[in-house]
Amino acid sequence: MDDPLSLVFAALADPTRRAILLRLAAGEATVAELAEPFAISQPAVSKHLKVLENAGLVSRSRRATARLSHLEAGPLREATAWLAGYRDFWDQSYERLDELLASLQAETRREPSDD
Amino acid sequence: MTDTTIIVPPGLPQVIVEREFAAPARLVLRAHLEPGLLAQWLGPREMTMTVERYETRHGGTWRYIHRGPDGEEHAFHGVFHGQPSASGIVQTFEYEGTPGHVKLDTTTLRERDGVTLLRTVSSFQSVDDRDAMVASGMERGLRDSGERLEALLATLTPGEQA
Repeated sequence: MDDPLSLVFAALADPTRRAILLRLAAGEATVAELAEPFAISQPAVSKHLKVLENAGLVSRSRRATARLSHLEAGPLREATAWLAGYRDFWDQSYERLDELLASLQAETRREPSDD
Repeated sequence: MTDTTIIVPPGLPQVIVEREFAAPARLVLRAHLEPGLLAQWLGPREMTMTVERYETRHGGTWRYIHRGPDGEEHAFHGVFHGQPSASGIVQTFEYEGTPGHVKLDTTTLRERDGVTLLRTVSSFQSVDDRDAMVASGMERGLRDSGERLEALLATLTPGEQA
């Protein structure tokens, strides 16, 4: 499971990592800042960051003594686009199916003997 | 109303699509098994669908063509395995533009309080196949390339439970 898309989806499968990404979407942050809203330790956050980094979703840099994490939008956008296309296809199909089912149900109501 | 849920189990060659419909299961099933009804909803609105063959029985084959507004045609075919019913519509699916890449779709319908949960598990031959097929066949939907992070994260359900 080392293809890029699988790495991205595996990284996204964890709720804490999704929350970390959402936080990073608002701007870069240190490990301490990322750990703050969660009931988990800084080493645990570092572990999550390693998974996100491995998937190419996060890059890290050093400023003075602090290590800052940044969101890397590229792979995320690719995964989003991949999923969005699939999603749009089924969303549109199922919207049409909703309409069809509504008209089929209206028909059945108009012909109660059919029920 | 309700939305489509897409589950992408990491590292597995599968995609699971779930959606609720405010209609009894027998009606949702009809919409899947009668070619005249199927052609009215499967695919984006701008596509015209022609069902050339649709034999809803064990070993029955099907073939349909989607025609875009530019006249471009995309044909698909497959085989039903077992008698299609609410407990399972099992079929293979192959896009004729990429022959040899076959997926297996298992669709189940579960009705509760007049609402039907439709669930389709698509199994691909490999993770690469899944990624390629989803990307190539469906790329027309990519309207905006802007940030859809929130939307993506909201739709992703952790794959482990699948």
